[in-house]
Amino acid sequence: MTEASLHPALADPLAALGRRLFHGTGELHGLRRLSGGASQETWAFSFHTPKGLRPLILRRKPHDRQSELAAGLETEAVLLKLAAEMGARVPPVFYVLTPEDGCGTGFIMDRLEGETIPRKILRDAEFAHAREVLARDCGEALSLIHRIDTARLPKTLRAAPGSVRLAELERTYATINRPNPVFALALRWLEAHRPPDPAHLALVHGDFRHGNLMIGPAGLVGVLDWELAHLGDPMEDLGWICVPSWRFGGIEKPVGGFGERRQLFAAYETAGGAPVDPFRVRFWEVFGALQWGLMCAGMAEVYRSGTDASVERAMIARRASEVEIDLLDYIAPLVHEADDAG
Amino acid sequence: MQDDPRAAEILPAIATFLRETVTTDHSAHTLFQARVAANACDLAAREAQLAPASDAAELERLEALLGRSGTLAELNAELAARIADGSLTLETPELKAHLWATSMAKLAVDQPSYASYRRALKRLG
Repeated sequence: MTEASLHPALADPLAALGRRLFHGTGELHGLRRLSGGASQETWAFSFHTPKGLRPLILRRKPHDRQSELAAGLETEAVLLKLAAEMGARVPPVFYVLTPEDGCGTGFIMDRLEGETIPRKILRDAEFAHAREVLARDCGEALSLIHRIDTARLPKTLRAAPGSVRLAELERTYATINRPNPVFALALRWLEAHRPPDPAHLALVHGDFRHGNLMIGPAGLVGVLDWELAHLGDPMEDLGWICVPSWRFGGIEKPVGGFGERRQLFAAYETAGGAPVDPFRVRFWEVFGALQWGLMCAGMAEVYRSGTDASVERAMIARRASEVEIDLLDYIAPLVHEADDAG
Repeated sequence: MQDDPRAAEILPAIATFLRETVTTDHSAHTLFQARVAANACDLAAREAQLAPASDAAELERLEALLGRSGTLAELNAELAARIADGSLTLETPELKAHLWATSMAKLAVDQPSYASYRRALKRLG
C-alpha cells in the first residue's frame, strides 16, 4: 500500500517536498502518525536519499489551532537549533516548513534512535548503564538549555516565573471546581513557600520528564517536545523531573526513578549552571506534583461531558489520588526525615 | 470519599467498549484499552467492597473536625474551603491524620500497587 492512499492530504505534498529537497530522489517512505500533543501532530517517515533512507519526524499543525500556553512550532524549531548550538542533546532540525510546501506549519527533524517508555528504561537490562548516568546527563542537558542567551529567543515566548505559574495553578484548581482538602493544603503550602521570581529569567523546557527524553543504552540521546517551553525559573525543570509521578515505581530514586538529586545538581553545576538551591527545587517538586494532580482531576469533567468518554480517560481521573499521597509525603510527612532526601 | 468518576459511571463505558470496540476493531490499541478496562473492573470491585466502610469512617471524622453534620460532599467542600482560608491548618488536631486516612482509603481503591501508597502503609503500621 502506498502512503498516498493512506494519508493523501499530507503524503502528496510531503512526497513533493522530498523530491525537491533531494533533487529527484527523496521518495517518501513509511509515513505513519505517532501519538502526539493535543494541538499538534507528530508523524514518522523517511526520505530515500542517495545515501540511503533518512529517518525523520514531522511536527506540524494542520490548521491555525493552538493552545495559548504552547510555544508554537516555529518557536520550537528555533529553540532546538539554539539548544544544539549549546551542545545539548536534541534532535537536529532538518527543515522548517514554508506555506508553499502545503504541509501545514511546523518543521522536520532527524529521528533519533532510542526509547521513551519509562517501564523499559527503568527495568530492562539494555538500559542498566544508562540508569547509572542519566541523572548526570539530565543535569548537564538542563544546564546547557538554561544558559541559552535569552536575547536570541523568539519574542513570542511567554514569561512565566513562579508568581505567574502559581496564579495559573490556583485558577486551574478553581476552574476544575472539585473541592479537594489535600490540594487546598498544597496550594497554601506553595503560597507560603514560593521563592521570589529570579531577577533574570531563563529558558525553561517546561516538560522535562519521561516520555519526552529519548534514551539509549549509553544514556540521554535527545530532549524532545518543547511545546511547553517558556521564560521562567530554571529550577522548575529540575523540580519537574523529580516529581514522584515520573518515578514509575522507583520512588527511592527521586530523579525520574533512576537517580539521586545530588547527582542531578552536581552535574548541573559542573556543566556551568548556577548553584542549585534545593529549597527552590523542592517548591517546584510540590508545584509539579499538584499540577499533575489537577490535570488528572480535570479529566473527570472531560469524561463526564462526553468529550472523551473512554475508560482510559476515566482511569486517568482516578489517578489524582496518587498525587494526594505524594503531596502529603512532602507537606505533612509521616516520618520527619523523608527517606528520599537524596 | 472516592473521586469522580465513580465505579457506577465507569461501568457503562466498559460495556460500550466491549459491545462496540472489541467486536469490530482488533488493533493493538484495542488490546491496550482492554487491559485498561480490566483494571477498571478491578477498581469497580474494590470500590464496591471498600468504599461503604471507608466513607462511613470519613464522615465520622469530618463531623468531629468541623463540628457539624452533613453529606460527605458538603463536608469535604467545607474542609477544603477552611483549609484554603487558613482557618484549619496542620496545627489543627487530627487534621493531618484525617487527610492521610482519607487519601489512603482512596488509594486502596484506585491504585493499591502505587509505590508511595505501599510505603505509607508500612509507615502507618
